[in-house]
Amino acid sequence: MADFEPKIVAFVCNWCTYAGADLTGTSRIKYAPNVKIIRFPCTGRIDFMLLLKAFANGADGVIVSGCHPNDCHYSTGNFHARRRWMVFRRLLEFTGIDSRRITWSWVSAAEGAKWAQLVNATVEEVRALGPYKAYHDLAGKATEKEVTHG
Amino acid sequence: MDELKQKAKELLEKQQVAVIIGYAEGTAGRTRAVFALKPEDSEKLIFDERCKQNLAVYLMKHEVKHLGRRGIVATIPVMRSILQVASEYQLTEADVHVLGITPEGKLIEFDGFKPMEHWLSGQDVGLSAGEKDELAKLDGMSMEEKWAYWKDELSRCIKCYACRAACPMCYCIRCFVESNRPQWIPIAANDLGSFEWHILRAMHLAGRCINCGECGRACPVDIPIHLLTFKGVMDVEADFGVTAGLDAGMESLLSSFKPNDKENFIR
Repeated sequence: MADFEPKIVAFVCNWCTYAGADLTGTSRIKYAPNVKIIRFPCTGRIDFMLLLKAFANGADGVIVSGCHPNDCHYSTGNFHARRRWMVFRRLLEFTGIDSRRITWSWVSAAEGAKWAQLVNATVEEVRALGPYKAYHDLAGKATEKEVTHG
Repeated sequence: MDELKQKAKELLEKQQVAVIIGYAEGTAGRTRAVFALKPEDSEKLIFDERCKQNLAVYLMKHEVKHLGRRGIVATIPVMRSILQVASEYQLTEADVHVLGITPEGKLIEFDGFKPMEHWLSGQDVGLSAGEKDELAKLDGMSMEEKWAYWKDELSRCIKCYACRAACPMCYCIRCFVESNRPQWIPIAANDLGSFEWHILRAMHLAGRCINCGECGRACPVDIPIHLLTFKGVMDVEADFGVTAGLDAGMESLLSSFKPNDKENFIR
């Protein structure tokens, strides 16, 4: 378990968090390489089932992030997303899905440092939790024990 | 319920409705739904404590919908279903004539949705004590216990979608579960397919479930799936103060928002 490297999938909106993550790079801030970023037009487009699909396909943790409230490019997409997340999170907890493995956040296009810190924190938290074997088993996917970074 | 039969007959004779949806005697001491199309059919109508099925589901079925104005024998869950689908623009006052049944088993009629809403506001529409206990028992479990519980329960699911067919809110002509480009939910009744289907169903009923429990009763393998949506009923009431099926003018929970929706988990 000592050499377990968590796989994190990040669902981010195009206008804030994706640009924020870009800023992290252009600012040359180093952060954990465990994250795979998937860009969406808006957090409002991030279907709840996509997060479970990530787990089913081998992710150990998920990050969902978009524009701060009142900053949405489409005015209200993140407000709608927030409601959905509130309902979804309760449902996850009720069914015993590990909601600690999902990090919800607002990261603006100016918050490159926050993005680095958020990814690092998530990686460490998921590392402590270990591979998400329960869900991977459900999906019939073997959990990768070891990922080596070249 | 001679009064009910009489009223149904009258409505059909005067052609104020094209059909009366009600309960009739079935086989083996069970009741079943009946669709009275002719005045004499109203003789088949019964009402007693066995009549639990949420008949509102038939209002939205294509075969019934195109008959015209529908009369329906409506207990509280049926009335709430009607208001809920009306709030989703699927039904208007012109489409339905409600033959209400009070909890005491008396016939009650309403002149439109407003008086029905008013009457419902004085009724107990919450979960029963037993249902609350079941939820509390699950809530008290650890994450691992909950996971094991649902994995075990859902392992019996045969993906017959009876829960969907029985639910008045599941009226979509093409359901997400039939989306196959890409195949959104695995078709097979395997662990993942069953889990994803029931999560999806519960999410799609968030803020819409009127806690009739029909999905649980319809389940041929007795999975307590109604608890998944009942949990949502409790949650949306706590988080948003929303109770479905009490107001035909209600905004849909997940297609509306408040700028000050309060959460404590977004970093």
